[in-house]
Amino acid sequence: MNWKTTATAMGLALLASTGLARADGVLNIYNWGNYTSPDVIKKFEAKYNVKVTITDYDSNDTALAKVRQGGTGFDIAVPSQTYVPIWIKEGLIQETDPGKMENFKNVAPEWANPDFDPGRKYSVPWAWGTIGVVVNTDAYKGPANTWGIVFNTPDELKGKVNVVPEMGDVMFAAIKYVGGQQCTDDKAVLKKVRDLLVAAKPNWIAMEYNTIEKMGAGDFKATSDWNGSALRQRLANPAIHYNYPKEGFGLWSDNVVVLKEAKNVENAKLFQNFIMDPENAAGLSAFHRYANAITGSDKYMPADMKDAPEVIIPAADKPLGELQQMCPPETQELYTKIWTELQK
Amino acid sequence: MATAEEVAKAVERRDVRDRWLLSAPALLVIFLAATGPLLIVLVYSFLTPGSYGDVKWQFSPEAWIAVFLERDIFDDTLSIAAAHVTIFLRSIKLSVVTTIATLVLGFPTAYFMATRSEKTRDLWLFLITIPFWTNLLIRTFAVLQIIRNEGIINTILLKLGIISAPIQILYTDTAILIGMAYVYLPLMVLPIYASMEKLDFRLVEAGYDLYASRFQVLRRIIFPLVKPGVIAGSILVFIPALGAYVTPSVLGGGKNMMLSNLIELQFGQGRNWPLGSALSIAVMIIVMVALLAYVRNAGKSGVRHG
Repeated sequence: MNWKTTATAMGLALLASTGLARADGVLNIYNWGNYTSPDVIKKFEAKYNVKVTITDYDSNDTALAKVRQGGTGFDIAVPSQTYVPIWIKEGLIQETDPGKMENFKNVAPEWANPDFDPGRKYSVPWAWGTIGVVVNTDAYKGPANTWGIVFNTPDELKGKVNVVPEMGDVMFAAIKYVGGQQCTDDKAVLKKVRDLLVAAKPNWIAMEYNTIEKMGAGDFKATSDWNGSALRQRLANPAIHYNYPKEGFGLWSDNVVVLKEAKNVENAKLFQNFIMDPENAAGLSAFHRYANAITGSDKYMPADMKDAPEVIIPAADKPLGELQQMCPPETQELYTKIWTELQK
Repeated sequence: MATAEEVAKAVERRDVRDRWLLSAPALLVIFLAATGPLLIVLVYSFLTPGSYGDVKWQFSPEAWIAVFLERDIFDDTLSIAAAHVTIFLRSIKLSVVTTIATLVLGFPTAYFMATRSEKTRDLWLFLITIPFWTNLLIRTFAVLQIIRNEGIINTILLKLGIISAPIQILYTDTAILIGMAYVYLPLMVLPIYASMEKLDFRLVEAGYDLYASRFQVLRRIIFPLVKPGVIAGSILVFIPALGAYVTPSVLGGGKNMMLSNLIELQFGQGRNWPLGSALSIAVMIIVMVALLAYVRNAGKSGVRHG
């Protein structure tokens, strides 16, 4: 075979393969790592005869920057509530009107009309959770429902506390602890926050994300953390407990949106509708270990999550939770300066 | 008819054109892969930060001012950017200490290798290069497994009854240094070995014959002759150490920022790409100045010894 026929054959083969793929349907998902249940994806693929690919990202900023550059080939992304308004404002996602989809009736009332996407014109809830304090009760038996574990560390935990280095979360917690409002730009409050953080840091052992493994191995005895992570830690070691700080704690939610540059819009819409089904939502939760916002999913939830205190917020603590917002850029700049000073 | 001169000119012209055409692919690659991205970084450092990451196409020197000066957010006074200086100094200190540590460990290693028989030398060389087959992150996690509280060292010491409570090594400066020295050691050993291998050991024998002590032989004969290797090794270790990201984060616990973390913050949660770009260029300039000074000094003294 000479060069030309080889090239032609290869070209034809390529055409044939993409043609086939298109006939079957594809859906390209861009989501946080270790977050997408393979079982639920298999079910979706079988039901709609669609081939799903999943690509990971590690932060909202990474996802935003990449999608902004364009040409990603992704159909779906899963930004957090703080970022959804930015994606909307920058015209990165399209109105798929999930509020009118068949399964939308299953969305829990408190998540049906959120501030970050009024009327749910763009997004479908994927998971939601809280940010609180995790303590190993073998090391500390005192009251732990306070950010004081992190910011005013009791003697037993000094040098054994970790702080997850999410600037927004840490600032939220510190502001709550000194009695301020989230996203405050009140200098008096921020000064207290700065002094609090700088004084607290010598008692911390690390500022790391890898809490599940380190709490399990005992490198950390307490940490600020997400609730799903706390659940995994307790299942590995019953002495580890999650606490809702009495000063107030942050709520977050990740949401499935369809990119404006999506090539498989119909499949993406099918997927948005698909995950609002209670059984599928429970399947997602069983994998990522966070709550979903779908009513009726409880009966499909795995036994160890059904009444887990990490997933079901106790009634008494519920009013203390507050959905975290994206602070304005000028405020963010102040926070970055405090953060740099904390970590210098 | 063209004169001989015209023909010669035409040939020369074609020659020049051919040369340019032939080197065009290389020039293109150099531009696209090296200079181009750097130019983008340079341009970005003079723009205004976008509200949520990215840049606005609006000239602003703010980023460069912010590298050196900071406005206190509480009393609004302008002063030297103390946080940046602290972080710069921490990174430079770590790089210097890492370079010294790898030199202290690497020099005897290279000497040992070079003085083996030719057959076994290859084996030692092979052993030194094995770590390169493994990803940096995995090597760092291997160190973590060794030094953590439930790690190999602490478990053995506890079992032997030498200590009663685990020694906290992980998340200290010592941990970072152990990790850095381990990761960068081959980069120091290989260039020193390369010059040591060419060393004429008859000179060493001659030194002993002339009643030089072991230390004198080392200082006056071996060291000056392998100096190019030492310089190359130091540069190879110092530069990447200055930008080290994984090792300090994993072993140091991320409480104290290194230069790389500071830059990463600006592109991530800090959302100030121009400042990140300006910091990156500032680091490059520092490295370049340090290198020039180092090579120049080293070169001068090299001539004197030679």
